[in-house]
Amino acid sequence: MRMRPSTLIAILGPAALLGLLLAVSFGSGAVGPREVLALLDGSADDTIRQVVLELRLPRALAAFGTGAALALAGALMQVLLRNPLADPYILGTSGGAAAFTLAAMLAGASGMFVDAAALAGALASTLLVFALARRGQWTPERLLLTGVVVAAGWSALVSLLLAVAPERNLRGALFWLMGDFAFADDARACLLIAAAGTIGCFALGRALNVLAAGDQQAALLGLPVRGMRIGIYFLTAILTAAAVTTAGTVGFVGLVVPHLVRLLAGADHRIVVPGAALAGGTLLVLADMVARTVLAPRQLPVGAITALVGVPLFLFLLERSQRATI
Amino acid sequence: MAASLDTFELGISAGARLLVSDLSLSLPAGSLVAMLGQNGVGKTLTLHALAGLRAPASGEVRIGGTDIRRLGLRERARRLGLLLQQQDDPFPTTALETALMGRHAHLGIWQWETGEDQALARTALAAMGLAGMEGRFCATLSGGERRRVGIAALLVQDPGIWLLDEPLNHLDPCHQLLVLETLSQLAASGRTVIASLHDPVLAMRHFHSALLLHGDGRWQFGPVATLLDAATLAALYGVDFAAYQGPGGTVMLPAPRAGSRTPALTAGGPGR
Repeated sequence: MRMRPSTLIAILGPAALLGLLLAVSFGSGAVGPREVLALLDGSADDTIRQVVLELRLPRALAAFGTGAALALAGALMQVLLRNPLADPYILGTSGGAAAFTLAAMLAGASGMFVDAAALAGALASTLLVFALARRGQWTPERLLLTGVVVAAGWSALVSLLLAVAPERNLRGALFWLMGDFAFADDARACLLIAAAGTIGCFALGRALNVLAAGDQQAALLGLPVRGMRIGIYFLTAILTAAAVTTAGTVGFVGLVVPHLVRLLAGADHRIVVPGAALAGGTLLVLADMVARTVLAPRQLPVGAITALVGVPLFLFLLERSQRATI
Repeated sequence: MAASLDTFELGISAGARLLVSDLSLSLPAGSLVAMLGQNGVGKTLTLHALAGLRAPASGEVRIGGTDIRRLGLRERARRLGLLLQQQDDPFPTTALETALMGRHAHLGIWQWETGEDQALARTALAAMGLAGMEGRFCATLSGGERRRVGIAALLVQDPGIWLLDEPLNHLDPCHQLLVLETLSQLAASGRTVIASLHDPVLAMRHFHSALLLHGDGRWQFGPVATLLDAATLAALYGVDFAAYQGPGGTVMLPAPRAGSRTPALTAGGPGR
């Protein structure tokens, strides 16, 4: 049964806040929920303040921004390719961004240049998949095969880069490739990009609905299809690059979250876009909290957690949506 | 919204093959045209060229006297609509949401559909015999139901020029009649309607004129009553036609072929 869009947002909004509150309340140190409550009523000391506000909160916000960016990128790619199985991780966009980023870092680049490399990698990868799968129509099979092969290619390139990388960087690089927030200390850029993307796509939600009906149908309904496609193509690349530079390659958020929102509240993008951004952000905040705490003080890569949750969840959703269409 | 449709020396080709050559038609508002021809003669491509979806090999299309290439996309969508031959639904979109998409060109970029738009969509679905099915996912509809949702979306779009690519596909006789009556009403109200179909009987009964495409560049256009005789239909379809008299007048049906055999089915099949 379908949920009303307002109901879904009324659930997801508070859930996002609750997720952030939980994420700052739990961690490897001695600071727990009680100390966070003390911080809220102003009776906490500086150590607590530092742990919560300077360590956990930026990391939780980075996780939220990354999750929102990935879920939005997934939803947009699914419209672009008219395929509910599209996702920046599966189609190699994340892999392209990761390979370019790693190459830039090994070449000694830093700061802006690394971000630019991530964006270039994401754009190059999307373009490659589109160009290769374009022949005739974007059939789901052809597209997925192309994406999977391109992703495998990036993965091979990453292995080569790791083989020549200095040994002391290997563990950090491996974690980053699996998705990791250990180095995510500045959430602002990613949050800003995710927020701007969500607001823009929400405002253009009706146009996204029309585009999802197919290129010819959209053109007949008065949509400038070409311009819209190019805009979405750039936006997905920017969102993916923002996520990858923040947390490496985190899989399954872009695939599972939009799917889940569509199943709950329907395919109108004026609910899919904000719903996916909120749910994706919350999911990644909680996944990162689990990654930090379950084997504390040891930290796990968050990408492993999202995959462990995402794979069975996706199979379940696929099975359910199949039954729903009969 | 009444509108005329004119073509000037329109050429339609697929790759190196010229399918339609020098098509010059002048259809005043209220025209009701059936497009007939064998599979693959360019009916769909011609409709797409008329709609501006595909650039013709040569010539131009004018609606209400204006070259369609000069019209903005939204303006074109308000004045001209096309029912595509196939529609697929990869996402869980409902019948109501699909019908509502017809309002897209009438609304501003940031605007949401109002209750009035919703009412228009519900009325259109009801007019296509789909009342009570507004909340159904399009992917769960039967072929004929999905076809009628597409026509309902066109009713919501409300253009002056109606192009329909095989609108009767998948429809049962009752709903074929419903769609044909709707097209007649649209033409009577000044809209220009062109629909491709494969039934000369329905073309004769429900349309004013016919456009016949032969697939080698040749085309014929004229009133159904005079154009669709046995000899013309035989030349068009490559099969003999015979006239039968019935209570509704004369109908043209393919004549049984003498000694006709389908080799694959008769060569030593079961029961022989």
